[in-house]
Amino acid sequence: MTSFQPDESMARRLAGIDAAGRPTPIPPGSGDGTLIDDIDVRPPLVLNNRSFKEVTDIICGYTENPPGRWWLPVFGMANALAAFGTLMILYLIITGVGVWGQTNQVDWAWDITNFVFWIGIGHAGTLISAILCLFKQKWRTAVNRAAEAMTIFAVICAATYPGIHVGRAWMAWMMFPIPNSNAIWPNFRSPLLWDLFAVSTYGTVSALFWYMGMVPDLATLRDRATLRLRSGQSTNTIAPFLPVRVDALRAYIYGFLSLGWRFSSRHWHRYEAAYLLLAGMSTPLVLSVHSIVSTDFATSQLPGWHTTIFPPYFVAGAIFGGFAMVLLLLIPCRELYPNMKDFVTLRHLENMAKILLLTGMMVGFAYAMEFFIAWYSGNPFEKDVFLYNRVMPPFFAAEDGRYAPYWWAYWAMIGCNVISPQVFWMKFARQSPVVIFIVATFVTIGMWFERFVIIVTSLHRAWLPGEWHMFHPTFVDIMTFAGTFGIFLTLFLLFLRVIPVFAISELKAVLPQADPHGHHDDHHDDHHGQGHDHHGKGH
Amino acid sequence: MTTVKQFVNEKGEPIYGIMAEFATPAAIYHAAEKLRDQGFTHWDVYAPFPIHGIDEAMGIRRTRLPLIVGSAACVGVVAGYLLQWYGSNIGYKLVTQGKPYGEFGGAGGWESFVPIMFELGVLFAAFATLIGMLALNGLPRHHHPLLSKERFLRVSDDRFVICVEAADPKFDHKATRTLLESLGGTHIDLVEDQ
Repeated sequence: MTSFQPDESMARRLAGIDAAGRPTPIPPGSGDGTLIDDIDVRPPLVLNNRSFKEVTDIICGYTENPPGRWWLPVFGMANALAAFGTLMILYLIITGVGVWGQTNQVDWAWDITNFVFWIGIGHAGTLISAILCLFKQKWRTAVNRAAEAMTIFAVICAATYPGIHVGRAWMAWMMFPIPNSNAIWPNFRSPLLWDLFAVSTYGTVSALFWYMGMVPDLATLRDRATLRLRSGQSTNTIAPFLPVRVDALRAYIYGFLSLGWRFSSRHWHRYEAAYLLLAGMSTPLVLSVHSIVSTDFATSQLPGWHTTIFPPYFVAGAIFGGFAMVLLLLIPCRELYPNMKDFVTLRHLENMAKILLLTGMMVGFAYAMEFFIAWYSGNPFEKDVFLYNRVMPPFFAAEDGRYAPYWWAYWAMIGCNVISPQVFWMKFARQSPVVIFIVATFVTIGMWFERFVIIVTSLHRAWLPGEWHMFHPTFVDIMTFAGTFGIFLTLFLLFLRVIPVFAISELKAVLPQADPHGHHDDHHDDHHGQGHDHHGKGH
Repeated sequence: MTTVKQFVNEKGEPIYGIMAEFATPAAIYHAAEKLRDQGFTHWDVYAPFPIHGIDEAMGIRRTRLPLIVGSAACVGVVAGYLLQWYGSNIGYKLVTQGKPYGEFGGAGGWESFVPIMFELGVLFAAFATLIGMLALNGLPRHHHPLLSKERFLRVSDDRFVICVEAADPKFDHKATRTLLESLGGTHIDLVEDQ
């Protein structure tokens, strides 16, 4: 057993003893070296024997160096889409909700569908940063920053809708319990108000969690900019006519945001306690948010909504949809950014594919259980809603010719959410980024359809056939939804430019050379405090 | 009250402490154990990430942060109840489906207040966590003597630094320097208090 010194590999490389960037030896059949079936072997979390310095350089380089050529065109398109969506919102506000396809019967349609869709996507970030943290899943360190960013941007997109769907957007402040001259208070016994509190708390706490995790990394960017300034390496100015050095601006802004963080171990101690506390409180919070969103529906009397399974079913669906979005964002980033594959390895993707499979089965179970209860309850309205609002295609129409007009939406949901993730039972599928990307796309589509099915198909046929209406989206509906994708992508692309995409300090802490007991092997022990001679096997 | 010894460098400027660099987490871990055992109190280990077990090696006492956060959570829950109780019973009595307005005791109906009580409890606790952590750490702070040291700025990259402060009762110009050298520290340097 040799004692491994952290920067020995770097020193050897600089001295020319080892070739630069000597890759980790890859066992055959393990993909990039991380797909090892043997449970006694802990695969590396970061590939290519990266030193601390290389980790800093690579990740800070993403924000410090100019982005690839793809960035500006993609950003431009996302921006244009966001601007167009914003125009649609403006048009809605100055004209009225009549520009949407809502009818007297279907008074919640794409607006609430999109709200639930986005808020659901926003669940993966906190799941990764909080729940996986409590479960000591170290692989989360490579994906948590991006996933938390995605969470916040998704919540921003979601929060757009309740504000504009009230019709008179200038009265949206009345959703909040603010003393006003009408002496009116909101109804605190209504799930819609719970929802407001849940979503705004969730957005705020996610942002705090994200920011706190970022403080040390912002301090790293601050120190690098300061060092470049002091050593005179920094020559770039913001613009030819504006003789301020970019690094001076960086040192100032990152310095302001990093709050004077100086990497003290006494600070780290409280920081880790704070991190664990936030993880502990975010875990019930993330579960509460979509549970409360589901009570918007579940506490009503409408067949198709009045279901006790809704809270867990919504939470599982949210995690499912959120992980699909994380994968949709990270798989292209991995290809576009140099060296990112060292941090987001095939094993990360495989783990997330497994979570997709698991949560996909959970929503599948919930779909099945809704049917079982509709039948078992003996309630004719409930049965009718499921058979003739949702499921029955025209070629299986009843003898009187009745069929479910939204059958295509229902079956799109089943195909995307329940059937498509089943490919992940096969190893090659969950280890192939292309297959994962395709399935994640299906899941995102399917999860949108799930909310559409729940909201629109339940609403479009009320108790009396005279009230039955189909819902048809308008151009404004469609472009507002597309616009939120634009807002989401714009924010995410800006995030990639200015904020460290990975949690640098957390990644360094999971490198093998970070172990203070000097054992360079794959067996990390989480419990040094409980006995120093207690180590994994294989020494 | 004992008078604090004032240490100065050759130019007569007051000093903050002495810093030494260590190459690896293992080296700084063992150095920290020795400094702890020698009874130093005003000193710190600076590392790019929280080194596993460094709390015990330095003899750091458990933080009081959970108490602050727990109290804030309780305040949030109570505030959530009072807000809803006031809004529903005094501010604006709204009859919905003949249900009680919501209170503990009396006509009851407090159950529908629980979600918002929970959310506000979490909200208050989260703010208390971030603000409490920063306050206990003495942050935000505009400047710190160590941040003027160019070598110190590399801690955020890959260096490990111990700084013994001049405020420590056991601090001594020469003896502390020799001690840090004997523990394997390199690039030992005075940190001016500026």
